[in-house]
Amino acid sequence: MQGKGTAVCLPADIDTDMVIAGRYLRTKDRSIWATHVFEDLDPTLAARLKGSVIVAGKNFGCGSSREQAAIAVKEAGVVAVIAPSFARIFFRNAINIGLPLIESDLTCEEGSPILFDISEGWVETGGKRHTIRPLSPRMQEILMAGGLVEYWRAHR
Amino acid sequence: MSTLSERILGAASGEYVDRKVDRAYAHDGTGVLALEAWKAMGGDRLGKDSDYSIHFDHIAPANNSTTATLQHELRDFAKKSFMHFSDIGCGICHQLMSEGVVLPGEIVVGADSHSVTPGAFGAFATGMGATDMAAIWLTGETWFRVPESTGVHLIGRFTGAAEAKDLALTYVGKLGMDGATYQALEFVGEGAHNLSIDERLVLSNLSVEAGAKAGLFYADDVTVHYLKERGHDVAPQVPESCTYRQELDFDLADIVPLVAVPHRVDTVKPVEALAGLPLDQVFVGTCTNGRYSDLARFARLVKGKKTAVRTIVIPASAAVLKKAIRTGVLADIVEAGCTIGTPGCGPCLGYHMGVLGEGEVCLSTANRNFKNRMGVGGEIYLGSVATAAASALTGEITSPEAA
Repeated sequence: MQGKGTAVCLPADIDTDMVIAGRYLRTKDRSIWATHVFEDLDPTLAARLKGSVIVAGKNFGCGSSREQAAIAVKEAGVVAVIAPSFARIFFRNAINIGLPLIESDLTCEEGSPILFDISEGWVETGGKRHTIRPLSPRMQEILMAGGLVEYWRAHR
Repeated sequence: MSTLSERILGAASGEYVDRKVDRAYAHDGTGVLALEAWKAMGGDRLGKDSDYSIHFDHIAPANNSTTATLQHELRDFAKKSFMHFSDIGCGICHQLMSEGVVLPGEIVVGADSHSVTPGAFGAFATGMGATDMAAIWLTGETWFRVPESTGVHLIGRFTGAAEAKDLALTYVGKLGMDGATYQALEFVGEGAHNLSIDERLVLSNLSVEAGAKAGLFYADDVTVHYLKERGHDVAPQVPESCTYRQELDFDLADIVPLVAVPHRVDTVKPVEALAGLPLDQVFVGTCTNGRYSDLARFARLVKGKKTAVRTIVIPASAAVLKKAIRTGVLADIVEAGCTIGTPGCGPCLGYHMGVLGEGEVCLSTANRNFKNRMGVGGEIYLGSVATAAASALTGEITSPEAA
């Protein structure tokens, strides 16, 4: 699975309350989550995410299990999230809804183009190619299927 | 020679396994998306013979008609699919799982991050998201990566005003918010056996705040006795020597009252260092500290006195509330000027019933103090029940040792 986007840098330990605040959860309207994603971190960020690759610090997505956090990031147009580590529930949630996550210690340069290939296991930026920690075979299968809903539709 | 996590999951750390889930529970928050995903997967009836349940605790009762409509649909599904269902007022899912439901050795998945809580019974209990829950409803199974474990060795007993919450904040402070990511915490040693089930539940509950996938205690005589009183005959789990990824040691006698300051659970300071900080609200409750023993301790400290700041006390379950009524604990709390909420999560996650206003400061017995969590512009300090009681009486952060 290949992809590309423009780097948006975020700090470490971004919790899911920060990704999408509790006050926006009581709806099934996904556009609301996309509109308010990262609002409490930077209210201007949501509008800049289309076609981006978020490059964050460690422990991205910690805290609440709210899947709306992963959905909000994807619906806002983020192509993938790169971080040295992810909180484990967010990790599963993102793959389950078809949002690629990449574990890598990449240094972020705001606005620089980023290319990646998850199947081959690399991410490239600033003319340099970095290896990434591979997803487990099951997670790769789920991601390639487009998410866990599609995976189970195909596997039942 | 296995860790408890390896023993329950039946494989060595690092391996990926598919396992039948003994219990799978969701709540009114995560259940809505899980139902949507389950339908999209083609779900028509529940999978294998897992014990499935849905509990209304996050916005209970519903705060507006949008929430009420979402809850109506989920309630309807729970009843038609013959899931165990607990409606508003029954209490917090993790607490209900801990009132004689989860048993040692079980694999338990909750669609909520604090589903680590029933690990206190020697179960492998972990949190997942809505779509994972939907797949469990579909198949009765899920995949796990068997975690490495951090051994948390405990000796001694608490002294002074320190309690389990202070130890929990101590270990989160030491590990940091991701110090146990992808790992399980296993609480072992003579000090672990000295802890009551309620105290163990606090320690398991906070394990996710260090990033852990689970927080387990071996079932021992205390567990056997607790479950016997609730109608279950279980055997203790005997630890074997095993390899931990990292090890921590705590003497319970060294633990002092702490608070976690905004906006990180791992930024902890002695209560003394914050003494005198004015408060707008004190909140006692949640899946961390809303049990009967918590309410009873709080009542003992405020009995016959008056709170100096608005104080909300929310029992974790209907059983807790009923016992507090029977024993007079509730009367003491109300006489002291506190407000009682419906059993459930209360304002912890910032939806309703006691959220903070801009610039307001709250001392809470909950488990998260993330920015804006309990209301935009509000600040949350996390502490123990005794710290909450001492602070409620003065209207400022106050050490329970000073009270």
